[in-house]
Amino acid sequence: LEKRLCELDLRSDLDVPDIPPPTDSTPEILKKALSGLSARWKNWWIRGILSLAMISGFFLVIYLGSFMLMLLVLSIQVKCYHEIITIGYRVYHSYDLPWFRSLSWYFLLCVNYFFYGETVADYFATFVQRREQLQFLIRYHRFISFALYLTGFCMFVLSLVKKHYRLQFYMFAWTHVTLLITVTQSHLVIQNLFEGMIWFLVPISSVICNDIAAYIFGFFFGKTPLIKLSPKKTWEGFIGGFFSTVVFGFIFSYFLAQHQYFVCPVEYNSETNRFVTECEPSELFQIKKYPLPPLFQAVLGWETVNMYPFQLHSIALSTFASLIGPFGGFFASGFKRAFKIKDFADTIPGHGGIMDRFDCQYLMATFVHVYITSFIRGPNPSKLLKQLLILQPEQQLSVYKTLKSHLIEKGILQPSLRV
Amino acid sequence: NLQESESENKLDGETASDSESKSEFGGSPPVPTSDDTPEVLNRALSNLSSRWKNWWVRGILTLAMITFFFIIIYLGPMVLMTIVMCVQIKCFHEIITIGYNVYHSYDLPWFRTLSWYFLLCVNYFFYGETVTDYFFTLVQREEPLRILSKYHRFISFTLYLTGFCMFVLSLVKKHYRLQFYMFGWTHVTLLIVVTQSHLIIHNLFEGMIWFIVPISCVICNDIMAYMFGFFFGRTPLIKLSPKKTWEGFIGGFFATVLFGLLLSYVMSGYRCFTCPVEFNNDTNSFTVDCEPSELFQLQEYNIPVVLQSVVGWKTVRMYPFQIHSIALSTFASLIGPFGGFFASGFKRAFKIKDFANTIPGHGGIMDRFDCQYLMATFVNVYIASFIRGPNPSKLIQQFLTLRPDQQLHIFNTLKAHLVDKGILGSLEDA
Repeated sequence: LEKRLCELDLRSDLDVPDIPPPTDSTPEILKKALSGLSARWKNWWIRGILSLAMISGFFLVIYLGSFMLMLLVLSIQVKCYHEIITIGYRVYHSYDLPWFRSLSWYFLLCVNYFFYGETVADYFATFVQRREQLQFLIRYHRFISFALYLTGFCMFVLSLVKKHYRLQFYMFAWTHVTLLITVTQSHLVIQNLFEGMIWFLVPISSVICNDIAAYIFGFFFGKTPLIKLSPKKTWEGFIGGFFSTVVFGFIFSYFLAQHQYFVCPVEYNSETNRFVTECEPSELFQIKKYPLPPLFQAVLGWETVNMYPFQLHSIALSTFASLIGPFGGFFASGFKRAFKIKDFADTIPGHGGIMDRFDCQYLMATFVHVYITSFIRGPNPSKLLKQLLILQPEQQLSVYKTLKSHLIEKGILQPSLRV
Repeated sequence: NLQESESENKLDGETASDSESKSEFGGSPPVPTSDDTPEVLNRALSNLSSRWKNWWVRGILTLAMITFFFIIIYLGPMVLMTIVMCVQIKCFHEIITIGYNVYHSYDLPWFRTLSWYFLLCVNYFFYGETVTDYFFTLVQREEPLRILSKYHRFISFTLYLTGFCMFVLSLVKKHYRLQFYMFGWTHVTLLIVVTQSHLIIHNLFEGMIWFIVPISCVICNDIMAYMFGFFFGRTPLIKLSPKKTWEGFIGGFFATVLFGLLLSYVMSGYRCFTCPVEFNNDTNSFTVDCEPSELFQLQEYNIPVVLQSVVGWKTVRMYPFQIHSIALSTFASLIGPFGGFFASGFKRAFKIKDFANTIPGHGGIMDRFDCQYLMATFVNVYIASFIRGPNPSKLIQQFLTLRPDQQLHIFNTLKAHLVDKGILGSLEDA
């Protein structure tokens, strides 16, 4: 075993066993329809058709609403986790490690339970208040999650088998890093979603647009290679993709910002038991006049332009999607090369696994979340309220007095009226 | 290097104790470890046999560490925070060095720099969050600090991203796999070491007693389990650590619970241990002065009938905190050792005897702190769930950043709640 372990812990990548070529999961129908074309064009067509299929699926889910979107995000997260863990199994030949599959899924469950508990409790505050059992679960949520995690940890320690210590520790670490990447990011995506569908749609579309635009620009104008990791990427594609994505984001935001459905924070209405997106659109989504800088004035011939403030933010989002998002893609490429795999899995014909499509999205989700909390909104009011209500009575009273004096000072509350 | 030669001599699954005992009885030759013991001790103990010498060295160093611990407590919260920070950095360094040794990756480009850079980023993020909470008024006064704290998350994220992009750019053709391994190793280490040390500091700010009692319980459990095992040990506990026995485990459990009760009793009487640590803006120093909360005020408890006949009293005066200390000691004795087993498994997996040679007779800093990590998280979760609610000043801070209509809505809901509970009279002047 020592020798085999030494072989696995390589100094160079030459002796990694090659994973057998992926099975072809293209549906029969497509194969028959395209049977007349050469292999290269066939591949191009399959990719194209599947891209359109995915984009349509995306629009369909958006139409179906926030709840379906949450489910979709959850399914994608579980599938990505599964893909990465399966790669780990193959690399370490660890199918026969005792308990390990159950433990990996158990940890996934624990971490999801923890995160969903934190989010759900915030957004479904009124729903939760009504049910006694849920109240208990919410109040001691952290303790329960920690106890569940600890159980998994102790099971892991008890499952250590004499000759497989190293493998087991590797898989333990692999599981945790995967959880860190997939689960936390997917929850940030959901938090962004609750802020308003537009904060979910524009970033994701910008990344997809950048992918497609960089590919097209690279196809037609590509000459200078960008990075050794991905020899197909070129500087022309990169820069062309950047400008097209910014323009796309700008225009797309303009259209989305007009509809309350996209712009309003998602709220749960406890009476109708469904999600509603109705509100007074915030300042970000109200048209304002902006004076154009003299440079643009000369080019376009206008002096002012009517825009949504959100469109300025969309420039920041598109810039990130084009400049930093690709690093997520390079990271995934490096990962695939390190472990000698062509694709993460074979789920989508012509494209590979779910992870292959979502590798750039992860950094984006975190960026959008950090962006929102830093520049857009303050803390979540219902979460704040929930925390206020569990303070001790004397603390509540002193907080009440401080708030009251603050509100009166700012003129938001009239001291003479009985509010 | 030394650890590699050690691994070549050991069989899989053999412990340090196995090879030690083998050497006593003429088995495989003992591998020389670099001897860090100070010359003074060496000479003083030169005439004892090597086994007793080891025992004495361990004993003396244990006493030295405990004394050091007391001195730091005496010196106050600021010094404690600094010590926690140093321990954290040393643990990180130890684990990363093991990773280097395992993967022969000294010559990976940039990797050492990147590991330390990530450590810096994560620490910056966590310290920023803590500092903003506890030093709120200080931060608001100084303009540069205020901006740093307002955009703290964004700045931390940017710093982290820079490191991430550097990593991607540093990937070298033949070393992809090694580099990804080290990246994963670094992140898992950060997760374990840095987050736990920050939870310890949070516990510390809650009151020094929440820092001292858990750590002492873990140390006591270590020592008591060893002693019970030494005198009464017969049934082995777990294959991972053959020296541990069930007698030691159970004896250590009861001894630790008792120790926790007594220590809490003594400490609950002093304000400097039970009060939350606060930063006084006028004197620019930490103060621990307050009205002790209910937890630290003596109360009469009725003894259950069973114990009444044993002890002869009907009621007992205790601090409520002592009841909590039973929970803490129980965790330290029953679950804490799993942290130790985890570390033993880790050392066996990577064929190392100790994490490092920092402390003579004991090994590295990680060897001493492996059980403490789970404990720190447990105490933090325990406090957050059962003891204190959220921090009122933090809530007020958050409130002030909301929009006026949201503020009004919250204010009205709070008011309705207070009136409902009878805390607030319905008069306007309340």
